[in-house]
Formats: sequence, structure tokens, C-alpha cells
Amino acid sequence: MEILTAQALVRFGLGRRGGEPLPSDPAAWLLDQLQQPDPTRLDEPPTTAAGLTALREDRATKPPPGESRSRALFKVQAAAQIANAITTPSPFRERLVWFWTNHFTVSLRRGQCTAVAAAFVEEAIRPHVIGRFSDMVLAVMRHPAMLLYLDNATSFGPDSPLGQRTHRGLNENLARECMELHTVSPLAGYTQADVTSFAKILTGWSVDLKADPPGFRYRPFAHQPGVHWVLQQQFPPDEAGGIAALAFLANHPATHRFLATKLVCHFVADDPPPDAVRVIETVLRDTNGDLFTASAALLKLPAAWQPATKLRTPMEYVIASVRALDVPPDEMPNLLGILAGLGQPFWSPPAPNGWPDRAIDWAAPEALLRRIDWASAFAARVGGRDVVEVADNTLGPLLRAETREAIRHAGSRRDAMTLLLTSPEFQRR
Amino acid sequence: MNLSRRTALLGLATSVSLGRASLALASAPTEKRLVVIILRGALDGMAAVVPYGDPDLATLRGELVPPAPGQANGLLDLGGFFGLHPALAGVHEMYKDDEVLAIHAVAGCYRVRSHFEAQDYLESGADYRMTSGWLNRAVGSLPASGTSRPDGEALAVGVAVPLLLRGPAVIANWAPRGFVQPAPDLYATIAALNQSDPVTGPAMAEGLRARGFSASVMTGEEEPKDKSAFPTLAHSAGEMLRAPDGPRIAALEIGGWDTHTAQVNRLNGPLKQLDAGLVALKTALGPAWAQTAVLVMTEFGRTARVNGTKGTDHGTATVAFVLGGAIAGGRVKATWPGLGPGQLLENRDLAPTLDLRGVAKGILSRHLGLDAAGLARVFPDSENVAAMAGLMRA
Repeated sequence: MEILTAQALVRFGLGRRGGEPLPSDPAAWLLDQLQQPDPTRLDEPPTTAAGLTALREDRATKPPPGESRSRALFKVQAAAQIANAITTPSPFRERLVWFWTNHFTVSLRRGQCTAVAAAFVEEAIRPHVIGRFSDMVLAVMRHPAMLLYLDNATSFGPDSPLGQRTHRGLNENLARECMELHTVSPLAGYTQADVTSFAKILTGWSVDLKADPPGFRYRPFAHQPGVHWVLQQQFPPDEAGGIAALAFLANHPATHRFLATKLVCHFVADDPPPDAVRVIETVLRDTNGDLFTASAALLKLPAAWQPATKLRTPMEYVIASVRALDVPPDEMPNLLGILAGLGQPFWSPPAPNGWPDRAIDWAAPEALLRRIDWASAFAARVGGRDVVEVADNTLGPLLRAETREAIRHAGSRRDAMTLLLTSPEFQRR
Repeated sequence: MNLSRRTALLGLATSVSLGRASLALASAPTEKRLVVIILRGALDGMAAVVPYGDPDLATLRGELVPPAPGQANGLLDLGGFFGLHPALAGVHEMYKDDEVLAIHAVAGCYRVRSHFEAQDYLESGADYRMTSGWLNRAVGSLPASGTSRPDGEALAVGVAVPLLLRGPAVIANWAPRGFVQPAPDLYATIAALNQSDPVTGPAMAEGLRARGFSASVMTGEEEPKDKSAFPTLAHSAGEMLRAPDGPRIAALEIGGWDTHTAQVNRLNGPLKQLDAGLVALKTALGPAWAQTAVLVMTEFGRTARVNGTKGTDHGTATVAFVLGGAIAGGRVKATWPGLGPGQLLENRDLAPTLDLRGVAKGILSRHLGLDAAGLARVFPDSENVAAMAGLMRA
């Protein structure tokens, strides 16, 4: 295996699956994944309507915790997402889906999101990962999962007819996080007045649980009347104002800088090299936020081909381990419980800024010992495999001589497999 | 004691997820104990310690204000102007024993309303993000620092070390195990293979040392009765801090405070957890409670007005608590800014009149004996913030 091939598999992919065929031109292989249609085929594609219907029934029947329809739906849908990651022939594209899903975090820590988190990924994220960033922002901000997660569904204009009648008013949670975490970031130097004003713009963007099918609904009677200003720009009243404001924020220069920094941090290095950030920022600016061109530009960064600068997150680590051993689907362990044990419960980041993206955030001493403990349990599945062969298959030239020696001299196949999975070259990407 | 025994002691044998609570500990060359509790998500100070004597409160808050002291489910009185939220009954008992000081209208040295920036600054002890936390620098600045403890400098429990305790002073951590563990010699080989990695190498070495270290400080006592994560961890922290050769510094955190909607209901759970945790901490510390100071702090307060969804949005000043057997409590310390027209910060938030760094400095100097140079290292650019006097019992 060539070093660039090995690097493509771990840096931009999810690790090699067993002894799957190797691409002859790694950069072309990665680019091709963006040019082909997304191969993801989920058995029962999750939908917002089905998720909200489950939420509606749970609210009516009040089942005990853990026995809700929402939870049951989530378990099936999460397992399907994980299985897709393990088997996908387009791992780079899947990594982009994960990246943007984390960028626009909705978390199961807010129970209402349980039944719509999968629909959020499939409806708001996946269709847009090689499209325009502004389209993704609009899809995200209209999605019931986000409107519920960050409270906008119940934010009313204080001077709207509904606000006047019910004496309910503004909730600025979504407006603030959209500016801070999703688009311009504090780089734009916005003020509290901008946040409040943007929150007014977004009033009325809500969720109708009673409709058939239930889903997004713009409620004009909840919308704060009048024109509003954000970052010195004026926006008209009604739903059009929100659409215009999101397009403005999505294409703001500060957004391009912020997204470029995050992308380079994720795919290149914990401390993003400034010239690499500048390249991606320029691409985003010149293309009005075209994510295909920006993703393709990542592949051309020389810095992206330096090996092993990043530490795999628990999710990346577990998926890469399962792929390396090529575990058959019917022998798949319960990865949801494992991810929780390793500190990254599925779709459940603690806060709207999502999972952290640097080695230091995942390398607490106990966190790494838990990886070892899990790896040694998982390594019991090695069966009769030749571990040196597994190691060569998954890491190729990245495998160090000392790790290979340790594997050869291990007391059992299981210990040998544990040594492979806990070696620094396997934990890094 | 073996690992499974310790896991059972934590009461978390079957649950490897600590939810929103976590604990980190550090040893220090002192017999005094210091516990810092971070409330992540911004506690509404005016809901925890309600200024019910302020004539403008009802206008701003309406149904968010609990009934007056003496009524059913009413506030627990703190001397005629302030009242403690009814969920904090255990804290109120300590207050009556002069062990609790509530510090109101207090804020950090930053004016941002982003959780993530504000938590970074709160833990850094500065109005910018530093690579170390103020509590770590405080450990490194203790007068007798340098005397090494036989069983390690520091210990953290949980899967992550909070920024508050990150820095040059060495921190290790461990947590209740979730998986079957390999034999010690395999651990050793794994650690050797990782030795050259700048990230995984030191972290693994530290983690292994911490697991050994933990066994020596945890003494075989009964399993705590309360199984919920925060009181359980607080109890464990108390037991470890109590041990003669145990750690002396602990950092705990508990989330759930970001009450943008339905605040009256949502705040009950976290406040009860906090209250139960503080009681568990005191109980577990036993005689060491007399040597203990606890600082409870949050990144910022919440808007003075109720928002449109019966909650509150991100604000500025809030309340902090200082408690423990070493604290001169039984008081609310505040220069109350008022809630009337013109008195709110930006016509929105409770205005800050006290600096949280002054509170921390008061504890670090009078309780742990840090000198002026040490305090300047712990809190950079804070020359004009005096250490708050009168926090500790004479």
C-alpha cells in the first residue's frame, strides 16, 4: 500500500474495511465520492413526519422512560446510520455528513429531538453536503429538530397578535446560536441588539404537531411585525425576512472564515495552518459557499497529506475498529452503548457547540484507558484471523516496526489485536 | 481495594455515563480542602437567591417568583430581603449554622453572553481563553508546593479534565469502568508502544498511575444511597478529600441550568441535585468539613425579565455561594444594584457590583495561604480586584 493511499483511508475516510480493494489514485478516489450520487440507502428512510407523529403519540400516552415510540424509532434509525458508516463505499462523503451534523448540532439531551434527529441528518444535512452552504443553513433552520432543540418553535413576537393575546414572547436561543455557532461566529462582532433583532426575525418559524402530516410551519400570527436590522442590514417583515437574513449570514465573510477554520481543523490539524485556512476561505468566498468546491479543495491542501496529526474521536475510533476487523453485520456489537461508555453518546453532545475536534479534548487519561479496555473486549472477536495481516491491511505503511513486533510477540491473538487497536498509529488519523 | 470494589463504591457499576455531572481532584500540600463547583449553562441567580424585598421584582418576574417565606412552598428566608429557592433546603440548614455565604450581583471579569466563551473565561480566570485554568495555577502556587506526595500529584474522575484544572500542575483522572480490563502486563506494553506519541503517551501513563493511586485513597465505606450522578460524585469527592493521604482540591460540575423555557419546572431538578450534592459532600467529609471551603459558581446570570417562553435568556450578574465549615456564613453579601428603571445593565440584566475573582482570591489567600505574587499568577491583570475580606471564620 502506498503511503498516500493509507493516508486517504484514515484522514478522509473511516479506515479500510477488511481487505477491500485499494484505490489506484487516492485523491481521485476521494473526489469521485463527491461526484457520484450519495450511495446511502436506508431501509426505512427517516422522516420528520414519522418522527413528530411518534412524539405526538408519546405526549398523549406518556409511556415510561425508555419505552417511548420516540426512543424505539431512534434506536432503529441510529443503528441504520452506524451500519451505513461501517459499510459505505463513500467514506469521505460520510465524514462530511458527520462534520456538518456536528456543526449544526441537535442533541438528544433535549428529549423532543429523539424522534427527529435521524430525519434532521437525512433531510437537512445529507442532501446539502456538496451543495450550497446557504441552502443547508435554510434547511437546518426550518427543520423541526433544530426549532425544537433551540426553542424557536415557541418564540413569539411580543407585538404579534399571538404574543399580545397569550402574553408570550421572544426566546433568543436559536438566533444566538445560529449567529455564534452556525454562521458568522463572534468574528463578526455582532451585539446583543443584533441577536435580539435576529430572534424577532425568526419569530413564527415553528413546528405544527397537530397538522397531518406534522412538520415545519411558519405562523404569521406569531411573527414580530416591522422591519429588523442585523449587522447593519435591514430585513423585511414576515417569513421572507428570515430567509433573507439567513442568506446574508450564510454568505457573510466572517462565516467563510469560520467554516474554513473548522473544516481545516477537522481534516488537517488541531492547530489549523493559516495558509490552508486562507485557501478554503477564498474558495468559499469566490463560490458563494459552494461546499463541493470547498471539500474538493481540502484534498488539494499539501498539509492535509501530512500523516497522523489528528486523534480519532471515539466514534471514528470505534467505526474504524469495526471496519478493520470486518465484523459481519449479524455479529455487530451494540455500538450505542459503547459510544456512551467512551464518552461520545450518539447524537448527544452536551451543548449546541457539538463535540470537540482536537486531540486534547479526547485524550483525558481515563478516556484513553477506556479505549484500551473497550479494545481488549472487542479484540475477543478476532477469531482465527492473522493479526499481522489485519494490521497491514488497515494501516499499510503507517504500521510501525515496533507495533508489528509487539503484535507478533503477543501472548494471544486477542492481545495482539488489542495492541493493534491501541497503538498510536491506529488511534490517529 | 480492587477496581470493581471502587466502582461499586461510586454506585455506578452499571452506568458508565456520568451524564452532565463530573468530578476532578488534585492533591496539594495542605490540610485545607477546597471544592469548586461549576454550574454549566448559567444559573439564574435571581431564582436561586430571590431578592423578594425588591419592589421591582414582581414586575419583572411575575409568576417566576416563588411564594414569600412562610407560605406553602415558599422561599427560605435569608434575613428579610433575600430568600433561598425552596429546593435548596439542605443549603438553608447549613446557612442557619452560619456555614453558607451567598454572594449576589456578582459576575466574572468578562461581558459576553456566549456560554462557551464565558465558561472558558470563568475557568481561565481571565477575559480571554488561557491554556490553563485558575484552579490548576492555584495548586501550583501553594506555599509548600514542590513537596511531592508519594502517590501522585493529582487525580481527576470522569472522562475529561475541565479547563479549570488543566495546566502545568499534573492532573490524572479515572472513572467508573465500563469494560472488562486487560491484564497489567498488556497495559504496560500498550503504554510502551504509545510512549513516543506526544498526546496518547503521557495521557495513558497518567491514567494508569491514577487507577493505582485511586485504590490507595478510597477506603472501604458504604455505598452512597443517592444514586443520581451529582450527589454520588459529590459523596465520592468528600470521601477522597477526607482521607489523610487523599487529594485536597476537587472540581465538580453539573449542568442543566440553561432555562430558556418553563424555568419554574426546569430549575427544580438541577437545584435539588445541587442541594443533595452539597449535603452529601458535607456528610462524606465528616470532621474534614471544618477545614473545607466550597465555591459554587456559574458563567453568567440570566435576564432580569422573564422571556416570552416563561424562561430567561443569557444575562450578566448572578449569585455565587461560598460554604463549608471554614466559612464565616449565615449572611448574604451584596451591594444590591436594584431592579428599577435605569438600574439594570443595558436595561436587561442584573448589574454586577462584585467581581467573582475577588471572591476566589479571598478564599485562596485566607484559606490556602496564597501570597500576592501567587494571586497575580492565578488571576492575571487583576491588580485592582482586592481579595474579598471576611469570608473565612477567624
